Amino acid sequence: MTYVDVLQERIKQIKKGGKEKYHQRNAEKGKLFARKRLELLFDDGVDVEDAFFANCMDDELPSDGVVTGIGKVNGQDVCVMANDSTVKAGSWGKRTVEKILRIQETAMKLEIPMLYLVDSAGARITDQIEMFPGRRGAGRIFHNQIKMSGRVPQVCLLFGPSAAGGAYIPAFCDIVVMVEGNASMYLGSPRMAEKVIGEKVTLEEMGGARMHCTVSGCGDVLAKTEEEAIDYARKYLTYFPANFRHKPPVLEGKAIKEMEKSITDIIPVNQNAPFNMYHLIDKLIDEDSFLEIKKRFAPELITGLARLNGQTIGIIANQPRVKGGVLFPDSADKSAKFVQLCDAFNIPLLFLVDVPGFMIGTQVERQGIIRHGAKMLATMSEATVPKISVIVRKAYGAGLYAMAGPAFEPDACLALPTAQIAVMGPEAAVNAVYANKIAELPEEERSEFVKEKQEEYRNDIDIYRLASDMVVDAVVDPNHLREELIKRYRVYHHKNVTFTERKHGVYPV
Amino acid sequence: MKEITANMAGSVWKVLVQEGEQVEIDQDVVILESMKMEIPIATEDDGIVKEIKVKEGDFVNEGDVLVTLE
Repeated sequence: MTYVDVLQERIKQIKKGGKEKYHQRNAEKGKLFARKRLELLFDDGVDVEDAFFANCMDDELPSDGVVTGIGKVNGQDVCVMANDSTVKAGSWGKRTVEKILRIQETAMKLEIPMLYLVDSAGARITDQIEMFPGRRGAGRIFHNQIKMSGRVPQVCLLFGPSAAGGAYIPAFCDIVVMVEGNASMYLGSPRMAEKVIGEKVTLEEMGGARMHCTVSGCGDVLAKTEEEAIDYARKYLTYFPANFRHKPPVLEGKAIKEMEKSITDIIPVNQNAPFNMYHLIDKLIDEDSFLEIKKRFAPELITGLARLNGQTIGIIANQPRVKGGVLFPDSADKSAKFVQLCDAFNIPLLFLVDVPGFMIGTQVERQGIIRHGAKMLATMSEATVPKISVIVRKAYGAGLYAMAGPAFEPDACLALPTAQIAVMGPEAAVNAVYANKIAELPEEERSEFVKEKQEEYRNDIDIYRLASDMVVDAVVDPNHLREELIKRYRVYHHKNVTFTERKHGVYPV
Repeated sequence: MKEITANMAGSVWKVLVQEGEQVEIDQDVVILESMKMEIPIATEDDGIVKEIKVKEGDFVNEGDVLVTLE
């Protein structure tokens, strides 16, 4: 054997990953080999790989259980780390951690997106002194993530477990795609939960993909298969620039999806009747361009990326069909993260407003709805990207504020003729103001009185009156809303402002 | 047996089904009234209505059972 043969033989062995039985076990669960995942993710495979030979003196630990490298996604270079769960269950040793740190540092240096393909049992306990506590220990991975956050897109694809400390990798990513049945996140395993706190629970219930995407909000997208998850990530990145210095790429515009109903057919005039906000979104955006984030979590508020005449926008829309579109602690939290995401990467914001306000009552007060609502207001307020709010129907109370109402420096607050802006709706307002009076009236006169007062109230908050007072910037024909938005975003495109000067704010996080 | 529960606190405005009635997935079975809004509650399963646990005007909390199916 020549020395070249020796090299080639070593490469061949390392590329195989762990033992065959572990490959088989993964295949049975619908899990792909880490290098196969990268093949599907990249346009043409990994271009540059570093520390391929990490831990090569130990035959059991090829590449020390993680592949790190750079390849192209939609023509854009991106950095990747991919756990190899055929090698000691993807656990982290000293070199595994060092490899992850180095690829993160490369992503920061080159200012290109960083993707984490996670499938790891966590720390390799036998190596803990080398990989856990020190300056270049695993904690540094999260420190790097926090430093990178908002500078370059960070995407997590969760194919397997992400346990204990490792669960902070998804936590610090912009978006987390979880594969149902295999992906999980938890601080302590079910076995540990039983031993330490006496709780008996299954992994799916406690930390499964579906739970995280519907209940905890730690997951953003639930995928059926690994291929679906990878496709989502590729599509997601088409909406983003490589880093915060640039604007998202502009594609060729497309017409809206063909629908029989017009916007005026979709929106009921009765403020209290539900309708499906997805239909209105479809009437505004380029066909098939909606990429929803957190579809299953807090569905009373819709968040997603879309294209308007080819340009990326971020949509935050109340969904009257679910919980009346009322804002809850979770919906506020969902909005806050999404608005931060868009503002970080220069994606203009569109708020579609049809909101009766924030939920009231003991339960939500105990959950801290005021604290969570404050996050929603703060992130929206701080966002300096082009920002348009469209008052579709009602915008009551703090709901108006949270959805980029006039006081929060939207570039424009547009109203449809069905808009109704007020501290509260006519029913609630008349009850609040005239409660004593109503009680004093003989019963047969009450409903007439209430009706009359409600009518007075409606006239008082008439949208043309608010337009006359320049509370809203325009009243727009619903059937021409798309054109109006295209024109306005084109104009606001040049916006370049700094919110304020300071180190950072001190409001709820 | 499957349970259809209230997704938020409010009062029962209308019950749209009767005991013994066949219902299909995504069909609205109860409309709550909360925050002055109509809140349709749909079934997530097909089935036959076994029992209606609430009557119009009742206050319900999030998670309270409205209707059971079999």
